[in-house]
Amino acid sequence: MVPLSETAPRAVASSSVRVIPRLDVKAPNLVKGIHLEGLRVLGKPADFARRYYEEGADELLYIDIVASLYGRNNLVEILEETTKDVFIPLTVGGGVRSVSDIKTLLRAGADKVAINTAAVKRPEFLAEGARAFGSQCIVLNIEAKRQPSGKWEAYTDNGRERTGVDAIEWAKRGETLGVGEILLTSVDQEGTQKGYDWELIKLVSSAVTLPVIASGGAGSLEDFPRAVRECRADAVSAAHLFHYKKHAISDVKKALAGAGLAVRA
Amino acid sequence: MKIVVVDYGRGNLRSITRALAQVGADAVVTSDPADVAGAGKVLLPGVGAFADCMDGLKSRGLVEPIRHFCRSGKPFLGICVGMQLLMDEGHEFGRHEGLGLVKGITSKLPETMGDLRVKVPHIGWSQLEPGAPWKGSPLEGHPAGGQVYFVHSYAAAPADPAVRLATTPFAGASFCSALRKDNVLGFQFHPEKSGPAGLDILRRWALN
Repeated sequence: MVPLSETAPRAVASSSVRVIPRLDVKAPNLVKGIHLEGLRVLGKPADFARRYYEEGADELLYIDIVASLYGRNNLVEILEETTKDVFIPLTVGGGVRSVSDIKTLLRAGADKVAINTAAVKRPEFLAEGARAFGSQCIVLNIEAKRQPSGKWEAYTDNGRERTGVDAIEWAKRGETLGVGEILLTSVDQEGTQKGYDWELIKLVSSAVTLPVIASGGAGSLEDFPRAVRECRADAVSAAHLFHYKKHAISDVKKALAGAGLAVRA
Repeated sequence: MKIVVVDYGRGNLRSITRALAQVGADAVVTSDPADVAGAGKVLLPGVGAFADCMDGLKSRGLVEPIRHFCRSGKPFLGICVGMQLLMDEGHEFGRHEGLGLVKGITSKLPETMGDLRVKVPHIGWSQLEPGAPWKGSPLEGHPAGGQVYFVHSYAAAPADPAVRLATTPFAGASFCSALRKDNVLGFQFHPEKSGPAGLDILRRWALN
């Protein structure tokens, strides 16, 4: 394991810190789970998306959490509905397996796609996507779970399936293959509201020079500036906290600004 | 005045057409060169790699109609790669010829600032600072320093400073985030993804 003292920032960000509500979808519903299991239906994704847009979210994240069951992403209709009145970027993940899948999602209103399983099976897919649509379009979706060894392993299928791939090495490989961003979800912290996996974020942020979106575990306002200042995340994501109106997006931005971080007004 | 959104197999067409509808503009999506030639305004979106986008235009016979349209004096707007393509050439996965409508090249954003690496792609919300005067342009009314959404690894560098309508701080320097050369406009940012501020900018281009 790399000592944290060796994780000095390798790269600096040039944008404001993005606040990104994460919407896990089991079409046609927005759902929320604990440790990504035991789902609860919360409502229509597009309704939540609209609320977040109006409240000043910088970007939205849609993940089809049952895509692997169907072998494809089922969010096209929801995306089309959402982009009728939401004019901020949308990243869509879950079941993205081919260049043609990417094209379909972009046409339906997605700006970026988050890829996990298909990339683990065939890493070159990331390079193909980056070549066809640009690096900025391809997000490597890493679901990382801490192992007894002290390392993190990349998982697929919402933290259910092991891959045998070291999460930090996988992030580096993704950068080499041309992805533009890393969505880093802690399987351990997801749904716990006990805070992000600080060490994981720190390690990945210092291993690559790509933007990193911290995901999984945000529970209090202090978690957001900590993920950025201490762990060097570029964007912060949360689900529960926003879905249940525990905090507004503006509260998160205030907390970030209060810590001296640039946010969009 | 009909706005023609050029479909060449690349780009987030739904977002831009939805945004145009939202601001009350009358727009059609087409890949027919004749529609471009007869358009009142042309909008060239773009997501992807420079050469791939140029190939998309070439294979549909759209390069000459776009060049001709831009020289007609009618309003043209290129967004993201659509702006980058306006340059003489692009340096992404090799060296490729662009539309050549604005002198300059498209190249990768700087990846270092002194000893520090800078994160590229540039993804997120950043400021628009005035370059050339904004008066009479779609940026008129946008607050200097107001933030818009970017997602790109490359940027156009117009040779003539007078066409650099807006700049955005990056890596201790800045890049050209909007250009204006007569009737030809280019935005590196995405007005269709920049919330209410972006819609205002788009509205001023589409309806004026």
